[in-house]
Amino acid sequence: MTTKIIEKTVFELSRPGLTGASLPTTDVPEADRSVIPGRMRREGKIGLPELAEVDVMRHFVKLSTLNHHVDKGLYPLGSCTMKYNPKVDEDAAALTGFASLHPFALGGFSGGAVEVMAQLGEMLCGIVSHDAITLQPAAGAHGEFTGLLVIRAYHEKNGNPRRDVILPDSAHGTNPASIVFSGYKPVQIKSGPDGLVDIDALKNILSTETAAVMLTNPNTLGIFERDVKEIAAMVHGVGAQLYMDGANLNALMGIVSPGDIGFDVMHFNLHKTFSTPHGGGGPGSGPVSVKEHLAPFLPVPVVVRDENNEPFFDWDRPDSIGKISGFWGNFLVMVKAWVYLRMLGSEGLREVSEWAVLNSNYLLSRIQDYYGLKYSGTPMHEFVADATTLKEYGIRNIDVAKRLLDYGFHAPTMSFPLIVPDALMTEPTETESKASLDAFADAMIKIAKEAAENPELLHRAPVTTPIGRLDEAKAARTKVLRWPIPDDL
Amino acid sequence: MVPDKLKYTKEHEWVDVDGDIAIVGITDYAQGELGDIVYVELSNVGEKVTQFESMGTIEAVKAVSDIYAPLSGEVVEVNAVLETAPEVVNRDPYGDGWFIKIKLDDIAEIDNLISPQEYKELIGE
Repeated sequence: MTTKIIEKTVFELSRPGLTGASLPTTDVPEADRSVIPGRMRREGKIGLPELAEVDVMRHFVKLSTLNHHVDKGLYPLGSCTMKYNPKVDEDAAALTGFASLHPFALGGFSGGAVEVMAQLGEMLCGIVSHDAITLQPAAGAHGEFTGLLVIRAYHEKNGNPRRDVILPDSAHGTNPASIVFSGYKPVQIKSGPDGLVDIDALKNILSTETAAVMLTNPNTLGIFERDVKEIAAMVHGVGAQLYMDGANLNALMGIVSPGDIGFDVMHFNLHKTFSTPHGGGGPGSGPVSVKEHLAPFLPVPVVVRDENNEPFFDWDRPDSIGKISGFWGNFLVMVKAWVYLRMLGSEGLREVSEWAVLNSNYLLSRIQDYYGLKYSGTPMHEFVADATTLKEYGIRNIDVAKRLLDYGFHAPTMSFPLIVPDALMTEPTETESKASLDAFADAMIKIAKEAAENPELLHRAPVTTPIGRLDEAKAARTKVLRWPIPDDL
Repeated sequence: MVPDKLKYTKEHEWVDVDGDIAIVGITDYAQGELGDIVYVELSNVGEKVTQFESMGTIEAVKAVSDIYAPLSGEVVEVNAVLETAPEVVNRDPYGDGWFIKIKLDDIAEIDNLISPQEYKELIGE
């Protein structure tokens, strides 16, 4: 494959003397550079690109047109909940009072911001029937790690941190990683033929060394763990805690409350469920909510209200696991989620989940005659189809994924969960219209027919995008991890 | 492609036993399912490995998987070619793409492995 440069970097576009703004000559005398120790003094050029505003604007607009994003087309990336993010969220987050607020501007200077955090926490706790929350974690995996540290602190307080955390083989890969990072041993159980946790297998490995069981509900196959109350009773029976990975909360809001079905701890992904940008547009935010008995262990500071109902940062929590994030978390993401929640209200949130489930099942009904479906349970807001039906033509899931780009769609999540060969994990979300879902289904059906009639076309795909099929193996084997700065910069 | 002279594991490793030395690799079916292999990390010479426990990892474009020791013993040789050319596993899984040689602790452990016929049934051939 030859390299095709379709847009240079800003450094290569740089021309000496160009600038985006003309500043008056400074009337402040230049500082005495000798006060800076020699080894810390920059002698060479600073190396920043020099460009006019219009060049910068065109560069980034051009890059945005080369990429696929949710403002451009359907993005049914399973488990990621790539819903359309309303632009009003951005307007609120850009308000000077929020965007220009210094994180250390405390007391009367930041009352509004702390109130936003308090209200957001209260709304999130209300959705899941939990009692306390931290907004600090910067993403979902950070939330898992925080939640597990809280569980560890709880068990330590009771005299024994315990050893194991149990999780199903359909779990997100971040779950076992978080378990190891928090000092526990991951113990995996196999899913049954319906895609659900095998209760008997769980019963056999639960012990007084079990610190927690981590479940995603609905699980990564999109299927609701219908035995969750029985599981919760078994887990609590050995003194362990039940953790919910909230990645799939978009299926449940206003319908099922995790706290009411036995989950002691969970993390949210504001950047999935609550419509703040992610996938390069982040940053993320992964709040962790808990039931009362775990509240003392949450990271400091916790936003709570005083006797006058005024919110404040509570640092006086001796059992806290400590601070887990710079400042107070990704605050502007919280503002966006607050706006989203206030715009929808509780009725609206329920409708979000109902439409997410309906859209997913409609899409599945349209394509299920053409693709495989390994597990028999009825999925909710996402489903895991697979490309095994096309294997006889030499077509794998990656070929389907690449060909979808030719039809203007992003691919579903590929090759996950690991228990489904050739997986195409599809989550259209509630923000797609029937016309949009039909267009995607039509493309999927057309691709299945192309696989039989002209498999070579699929092997070559994508053919209409600015860059064609990448050599992913070469990219992984021969890593180029930084842009080589030319000598003359 | 499942050679008759080898023994197999349910985790898709093959074993060729000669005296008290076993040569180990992954099957053609395994390399096909993994796709392009980009990195192989194995236990070092002199280290002990235990039957059916992890002795390394194999990284393909889409996933990272454990490699399990089919038999217990001491690692006596590791295929150095894989460090620089892991794609050999895709090209020649039963030949130049071998992984590791183990000096066996207990030859009787072979009884825990499966036959070519059983392996064929496992992968639906």
